[in-house]
Amino acid sequence: MTAADSALQVNEVGSPVLSFDHTQMTFPDGTEAVRDVSLNVSRGEFVTIVGPSGCGKSTLLKIASGLLEATGGNVTVDRDRLGYVFQDATLLPWRTVLSNVELLAELHDIPKDERRRLALEAIETVGLSGFVNHYPRSLSGGMKMRASLARTLTLKPPVFLFDEPFGAVDEITREHLNDETQRLFQSEGFAGLFITHSIAEAVFMSTKVMVMSARPGRIVAEFDVPFDYPRKPELRFDPEFAALSGDISRELRGSHQ
Amino acid sequence: MTITQDGDQQISRSDDGSGEDVGAPVQSRNKRRRSAADLARQFLPPLLLGALIVGAWYYVSYGLLTEERRFLLRPPHEILQVGFLDWDHFSEILQALWSSTRVALIGLTISITIGFFLSTIMSQTKIIERAIFPYMVMLQAIPILAIVPLIGFWWGYGTTSRIAVCVIISLFPIIVNTLFGLQSAERGLHDLFTLHHASRLTRLRKLMFPAARPAIFAGLRISAGLSVIGAIVGDYFFGQGAVGIGQLLKRYSSRLEGEELLAAVIMSSALGVTVFLFFGWLQNIAIGKWHESSGADS
Repeated sequence: MTAADSALQVNEVGSPVLSFDHTQMTFPDGTEAVRDVSLNVSRGEFVTIVGPSGCGKSTLLKIASGLLEATGGNVTVDRDRLGYVFQDATLLPWRTVLSNVELLAELHDIPKDERRRLALEAIETVGLSGFVNHYPRSLSGGMKMRASLARTLTLKPPVFLFDEPFGAVDEITREHLNDETQRLFQSEGFAGLFITHSIAEAVFMSTKVMVMSARPGRIVAEFDVPFDYPRKPELRFDPEFAALSGDISRELRGSHQ
Repeated sequence: MTITQDGDQQISRSDDGSGEDVGAPVQSRNKRRRSAADLARQFLPPLLLGALIVGAWYYVSYGLLTEERRFLLRPPHEILQVGFLDWDHFSEILQALWSSTRVALIGLTISITIGFFLSTIMSQTKIIERAIFPYMVMLQAIPILAIVPLIGFWWGYGTTSRIAVCVIISLFPIIVNTLFGLQSAERGLHDLFTLHHASRLTRLRKLMFPAARPAIFAGLRISAGLSVIGAIVGDYFFGQGAVGIGQLLKRYSSRLEGEELLAAVIMSSALGVTVFLFFGWLQNIAIGKWHESSGADS
């Protein structure tokens, strides 16, 4: 079964595969990071949460993945095949690109041949085929992020969590990576939950953008993004794109005061 | 050893590429061909200093010391003749050196085994780390000369005691460095392993030990040098069994055999240097391809 076979048509939204139900998070030191967040993400949906730094966006992902235990509410998701792309590429510096990409399949005890095949396929998808035997130290920031994406792709996860993955790369590289991420979203048909503080990035890739307030984080607004996929890079210059970005920005500003 | 430093100069160049891909990898190893000038710059200064030292040596031997006091510092060529070119003397030194090397290697092997074991369990349980660590520091703080009599008392004056000295002197750097290395893997990498339900053993094998390699090799280099010193010190005090370099030094000095004495000292130093270089080479093979401090791209 190839990725394309299993992919749902984008916009054809299925039932939720990730849901937060009145999620609450207060850290032991008394900091209230997340207050009463409820949201659903279904296959064929790409939801992005934008919010100011430290508003608890990343905390939500950590709760979804089980790295953190919420202090209230429920989270429903299948954690066995959860894709998680970190802020850093988190590549193992002593492994080549190929063997880094194979890591997750290795941790999930997928046989060697199968794992090699999956890794090569994923590496090709992210356009790193020429760099299979490179060590991370010789890759640029953008390429490291691609390798990290490829590593997650090997598991073909139905749910993909992105924790501000492109925050550390420069603008042009970020746009390239955004193009590719929405292409992947289209071809793999996963449910995506993306965290960022870049509004342009959010609007460009998502089917829905949610605005989170400063700490304690609450969802204060929700915007549907009407553009069709595949989205062309020029979409960023579209007046409608600018108008939507403006609305989101105003909302973000309002919640920040 | 962060792997994702933002704005790292290594990554900046290829990231501003405007093409379809993010750019080519940065050439991290510039293999420049060494010119004669480079060679001269590297080797001339130590050679010159060496020549100066030999000159000063000759001056002390012939200019400052009278004939009857010249045994205090024999001129270099006599040391070469008597200590190195006279096979009877030189083979004696080599044999002693081999005996001490063996002791050092056995001691180092025991240290590595104990050290890895202890630091691994210390890395797994904070309580065990807290329990063991103060005693390791205490052991390290005891001057080796202070426990030499005790060691002789317990294990006799033969090879066992020599090895014990080596172990005591070389254990601490292995434990400290290995433990530090095992704890050096980044939080994000641990999160990754946690997310994918890695077992304790898998985490040790695939994350903590590989991440610890640079620190382990740093510790090995220190400990290997210390264990050579331990073998010689131990040998100096424990006279039973095969004669090592310590016994030989003692014998030469008591007989005022200056040439042999200096030759033996030079050979001990050569052994230390060899061990140090060997572990440096090993380190380069093991981690040179990926680790920043390995010197592969300097």
